[in-house]
Amino acid sequence: MRLVNSIENGIVIDHITAGKGMIVFNELKLKDVCNTIVLLMGIPSKHLNKKDILKIEGDFKLDPKVLGLIDTNIIVNYIEDNKVIKKEHVSVPDKVSDIIKCDNPRCISHTDDYAKPIFTLMKQNGELEYQCSYCEEITKIKFK
Amino acid sequence: MSKHLIEPNDLSNEEILKLIEVGKEIQVNPKKYNQLCSGKILASLFFEPSTRTKFSFDAAMIRLGGHIIGFADANTSSAKKGESLADTIRVMNFYSDIIVMRHPKEGAPKLASEYSNVPIINAGDGGHNHPTQTLTDLLTISKYKKTLENHTIALVGDLKYGRTVHSLIKTLAKFNSKKFILVSPDELKLPSFIIDYLKVNYPEIEIAEARYLEDVIEEVDIIYMTRIQKERFFNEGDYIKLKNSFLLNKEKMKKAKKDAIVMHPLPRVNEISYEIDDDPRCVYFDQSNQGVFIRMALITKMLEVGDYASC
Repeated sequence: MRLVNSIENGIVIDHITAGKGMIVFNELKLKDVCNTIVLLMGIPSKHLNKKDILKIEGDFKLDPKVLGLIDTNIIVNYIEDNKVIKKEHVSVPDKVSDIIKCDNPRCISHTDDYAKPIFTLMKQNGELEYQCSYCEEITKIKFK
Repeated sequence: MSKHLIEPNDLSNEEILKLIEVGKEIQVNPKKYNQLCSGKILASLFFEPSTRTKFSFDAAMIRLGGHIIGFADANTSSAKKGESLADTIRVMNFYSDIIVMRHPKEGAPKLASEYSNVPIINAGDGGHNHPTQTLTDLLTISKYKKTLENHTIALVGDLKYGRTVHSLIKTLAKFNSKKFILVSPDELKLPSFIIDYLKVNYPEIEIAEARYLEDVIEEVDIIYMTRIQKERFFNEGDYIKLKNSFLLNKEKMKKAKKDAIVMHPLPRVNEISYEIDDDPRCVYFDQSNQGVFIRMALITKMLEVGDYASC
């Protein structure tokens, strides 16, 4: 087994449902940042059987709402001087903006840069469904 | 009410009933209203074509003694040069006291309202909402059925993209409707978010679906017809197959109640046969006429003049 050092300062995104680590990596756009990133996949876990872990070394501005849309099993550990200073359980956000785009091609938000829609959670059984503040159509959350 | 009229729920039931009352009063006593908006300017911004809505707003403002500026074609405005809606609205705020806008994009009037200091009236945004058509419809229902409450309403045709239907159904629900019967082809069914909205907020209202109007017409108080648009179908064959199944004609009207009314926001294409135009139950032309009076009432409300002048 390959050993990965713990991080001194940064964020550890733990308890990612196995297979979703890459989705988290992509949605946080980590390929575009200068931080050192480690993505561990298929790690044995007591609770999940298997899990993915993502470690981000150094300063990184994390929006936990993005994680809540992907996987509510996630726990975010904030590390300072090798110590966990905060643990955060993510949850499905009631409202989101910027993170998702309206599914309705006729919505003004696709053609006018001033339009910044706010999406309100309508359903969370199975798929997450959010309603656009401009056109009121439902957008279903899908991550590839 | 909020300062703007973007969606039907911007008006309370009391405000709607007062608008209907004023709309009726205007018809009885037009002289009382003909100078109420003297010196006021209405900006009429139609980014999409319109006949009835645009001209009924124009006629309403002129009959109130006010003036109109604006355009009926986005190609003659700076939108053609790529100007954002927010910038257009900011500028039009300097030139007008009230703005009426139609836009092909859904949610555009809401965006406009975020950048406007003068009242914005949504005159139709894509397939989303058309609250002033709803007010027109309600004034018509009030005139012919005396009350807005306890009716069985059949909504027929394009329920998916029909903005008039979306606004009307949400508003009639607030007035204790008895039953909505949705009559449409599978391709043009009412969006699920509207059905969910009704079920959550008005569980007492019965919602039924029917494939053919003739199957349910006997129990209906208000038949609300809408146009099925050819461009909504992937191929012309499907359109041709369906268009006649929603045609309301003399034969079908024989089964309708004696005191039922037939409404249509117009324009009609081939969903209502000309042969029933003289049937007294067909009120769609007077419905267009009512649109002027309710819009007059609405303008006076939003400009706070006449019956709405602050003491």
